[in-house]
Amino acid sequence: MSHTSFKSIAIGIAFSPTLEANVHEAARLCCMFGAKLSLIHVGQRSDEKIRTIDQYIGNDEQSQLSYEIIFNEGDPVEVILETVKKNKIDLLLLGALKQEKFVQFYLGSIARKLTRKATCSVLMMTNPSVIRKPCKHMVVNGLKDAHTERTIETAFYVAHSLGSNQLTIVEEIEQEKISIKIDDDQSLRKANLLKEKLKRQEELRVQGILNHIPSEEKKDIQVSTQPIFGQRGYSIGHYAQIVRADLLVMNAPKKSSFLDRFFPHDLEHILNELPTDVLIVR
Amino acid sequence: MTKKKTDIKGFFKSLPKNIFSGFVVSLIALPLGLGLAMASEAPPIAGVIAAVVGGVLVSILGGSNVTISGPGNGLVGVILVAVATLGLNGTYAAIICSGVLLTLLGFLRMGKLADFFPSSAIQGMLAAIGLIILGKQFHIMMGNEMKLPGSIDYLLAIPSTIIGVFSYNHSGFTYAAISGVIALAIMVFYPKIRNKYFHLVPAPMWIVLISIGVSYFYELVLQQPHPVDPRYMISNIPTGSQIVSDIPTPNFNLVNSIGFWGSVLAITLIASIESLLSIKAVDQLDPEKRRSNVNRDLKALGLATIGSGFLGGLNVVTVIARSSVNVNNGGSNRSSNFAHAIFLVVFILLFSTQLTRIPLPALMAILVYTGYKLASPSKVVKIFKIGKEQLIIFFTTLLVTLFIGLISGILAGVLMTFVIHVILNKDLELFIKNWRKPNVLMFKEKKGDQHYYINVKHFCTFLNFYRLKEKLNAIPETEDVVVDLSLCEFVDHTVMENLSAYQDVFHKRGGHLEIIGLDLHGTDSEHPFALRRLIPGIPFLTDNLTKRQTTLKEIAQDYSLEYEADVKENTEVLDGFRYFQTKKIIKIYNRLFNEDDSFSLFDIHYSEGEFIAKEDVRTTMLHIKLEHAIPEFTLDRDGFMERLYAIAGYDDIPIDNHSDFTKRFYLIGKNPYKVQGYFNDDLVKFFECNSYYHVESDGVSLLIFRSQRTSGIKEIKKLIDFGIRLRKIVVKEALVTY
Repeated sequence: MSHTSFKSIAIGIAFSPTLEANVHEAARLCCMFGAKLSLIHVGQRSDEKIRTIDQYIGNDEQSQLSYEIIFNEGDPVEVILETVKKNKIDLLLLGALKQEKFVQFYLGSIARKLTRKATCSVLMMTNPSVIRKPCKHMVVNGLKDAHTERTIETAFYVAHSLGSNQLTIVEEIEQEKISIKIDDDQSLRKANLLKEKLKRQEELRVQGILNHIPSEEKKDIQVSTQPIFGQRGYSIGHYAQIVRADLLVMNAPKKSSFLDRFFPHDLEHILNELPTDVLIVR
Repeated sequence: MTKKKTDIKGFFKSLPKNIFSGFVVSLIALPLGLGLAMASEAPPIAGVIAAVVGGVLVSILGGSNVTISGPGNGLVGVILVAVATLGLNGTYAAIICSGVLLTLLGFLRMGKLADFFPSSAIQGMLAAIGLIILGKQFHIMMGNEMKLPGSIDYLLAIPSTIIGVFSYNHSGFTYAAISGVIALAIMVFYPKIRNKYFHLVPAPMWIVLISIGVSYFYELVLQQPHPVDPRYMISNIPTGSQIVSDIPTPNFNLVNSIGFWGSVLAITLIASIESLLSIKAVDQLDPEKRRSNVNRDLKALGLATIGSGFLGGLNVVTVIARSSVNVNNGGSNRSSNFAHAIFLVVFILLFSTQLTRIPLPALMAILVYTGYKLASPSKVVKIFKIGKEQLIIFFTTLLVTLFIGLISGILAGVLMTFVIHVILNKDLELFIKNWRKPNVLMFKEKKGDQHYYINVKHFCTFLNFYRLKEKLNAIPETEDVVVDLSLCEFVDHTVMENLSAYQDVFHKRGGHLEIIGLDLHGTDSEHPFALRRLIPGIPFLTDNLTKRQTTLKEIAQDYSLEYEADVKENTEVLDGFRYFQTKKIIKIYNRLFNEDDSFSLFDIHYSEGEFIAKEDVRTTMLHIKLEHAIPEFTLDRDGFMERLYAIAGYDDIPIDNHSDFTKRFYLIGKNPYKVQGYFNDDLVKFFECNSYYHVESDGVSLLIFRSQRTSGIKEIKKLIDFGIRLRKIVVKEALVTY
């Protein structure tokens, strides 16, 4: 299996105060991946808007960057989704919102819809900034899922492109897997033995995936694994927050239904409170 | 198989002790059982039946080890109401139904039910129960039995009863009052008398013995009738055969009424809370430190309650006072509970007629005393010390319970707690948005000493403590645990108190539980269990030291260092270190330092970059100033440091003849030759055989730390030790070289 490569990157832009940071961030990523940038604006075309963006990108001195600005009117979600399909975009960038009182990020309603419906990979940025913030530590999910191998390989590809040197693969083991209920000392001992066994199994599985990855991909990257018992999707975000990871890489969600918004699972938790930048690999 | 054999051997070996302990417990259980049943307006024998059925069934089926089961004092209030509304036989039906519910709770694994009640509300409820018992029985103790509509009326009538005592025109009442007061005096002064022979018999049994003795004295020596009015003597204690023939038939006719189920719910609620709290408390007393199977115990208690109800007995619950007596007298397994039941049967069979010689006021004095213990003013003072808001919760529960009822009382307490939490935080969203989130993360750290690490997000109160508790229960008590609450905006008193109980359990069983991340939270009182919340924008508060901070203070004394919790803004000494070149130090606090500041340990709060708020890091570091110059270098385990330094241009410096060291450690420095020269055999060996730390030199001082979070007490001690030994080697080297 091979990784997803990011050869064309798109960002939806609005002419808001965060525009400059967003454009800089997008341009920088494109340079790192050697990708083409599409800036999608839902609204009317105007020369002034083009000039502003040209100026921002020019300021960044990213001379070899090829980019286009796409103007389109309509419902933002639909316009962006359509453009992504038409232009064969590999990666869509989304900016997160920040909660006023405490340092907590979450996705706005449009970004949320895009994340769920997009056909390409999605990167949610919590802190777009004009000056580059190095991405040093990445946390990747190691779920037991057909898609995981691709996600991990993509994570290595991204780590190389961004110059990260630490990568932690988190194996989330669902609490329900521990069939033994802890009541007293004896059941506690049994439960812990079972946990160790599950951990070993998971570790073995992840090692198997890692063995498939060519060694030059793994070069210069410190790879570690961490098994966690907890609710899928939520605990990995919590973990990424605690270890102060710079990027969290996750599998794309399976189709989510209306009910999932009331009984959040997997990705929905992360969208509610972004622990850090999150990349969803499709 | 061999293990089982030794178990049986051990069982028989400890049997005599357990039988003795059961005997002592039965001495208390007898008067208490009679008294509790009479206080509930049930026939006195009902309490003994509950104790016997409970003792037999729970000791065979239960999941705890040293608990004693029997009629509980918490239930007096609810059963009183039930008897008044449903009649005695209806009450037995309600008791049976509550037994069924209790068993169901056990099967549904609802042993965590008690966790959902805030501690102050439970305290308020218990105090209310205490007042109900005290208020009602006080009048009987004084020989002035009366019937009043509400529990509060009984309390208000206490002064008039006291005044009335001096104007009884019938000497039988006066003697009744005298016997009551003497019995109360025995209860009060018993713990104060230090005589081991006197303490061989528990206080309630003294009362029984003295009463019977006095009765025989009048009968045989003075040849007079008993001076206490016959209405104030215990009546109708049936003989063994009578008990069997007089088994009441529970009256299930009221099953369709709301009042019936109200009583059933109240009985179940109180029975489960009382049992669960008692089991938890008794587990801490268990000398063998076993973990009780709470759900199994609930099932057993439920079954016992059903049986007791059919036989005409009260509810069976786990009782704390009798259990602790059991532990104190050497009870080590459930056989003592069984023995206590058997002794009760023997007492009733042999001495049931003797029991009618006990004056009622003397028996009720025991209950007045237990009631007072539940509602004593010292409890109120204790709660006040934790915080004013806890007092509001306490009194809300107490008053609503007294004026309306137990279920309304506890619900009011829960509601009040929540409202107070919302007001304190001025934020309802925090609770509503995050309540359902699985906010507790636990994992075993793979680096270093393999601690269990638990992190809690958002808030941690009685509403979601069960999640944290679940994780804590999954850790063997012999392990080291770090509970990090730094991402919690709000932690309440219930959690603090429970965590402290966990700390004790871990400590007693050889493990260690550490709470970190609360040093920056504000409180309103100085109590260690006070609720704590993170107040953005308000400067550091140091009027209440956390447990970690007080321990730091003690460590400081151990190593003859000074301790200062306050924030120190001046952090110039750290500016020379490469580590801080790209970081902004926000503050250092919790400093431990020696006289000339050459050895100092501190918590530090820094951020990476000026504007990236989320990269806030809090950790603990050790700084050692040296008197001589050393080369600048940075040393850490291989692979760890590269990510901390995105700076190119430095390579790992190899040390000759120490390829293993070079492989395991990453060493960089401005001047590789100097560094190579500096790392001699002694120093290399020292680093090789000690645990990994990040060690950095800025030319005149050393900076040592390990993780990216605040260290626990154990880790701090290790760090100090590492620093002291490293300093010795570095100083020695200086003497050789220069």
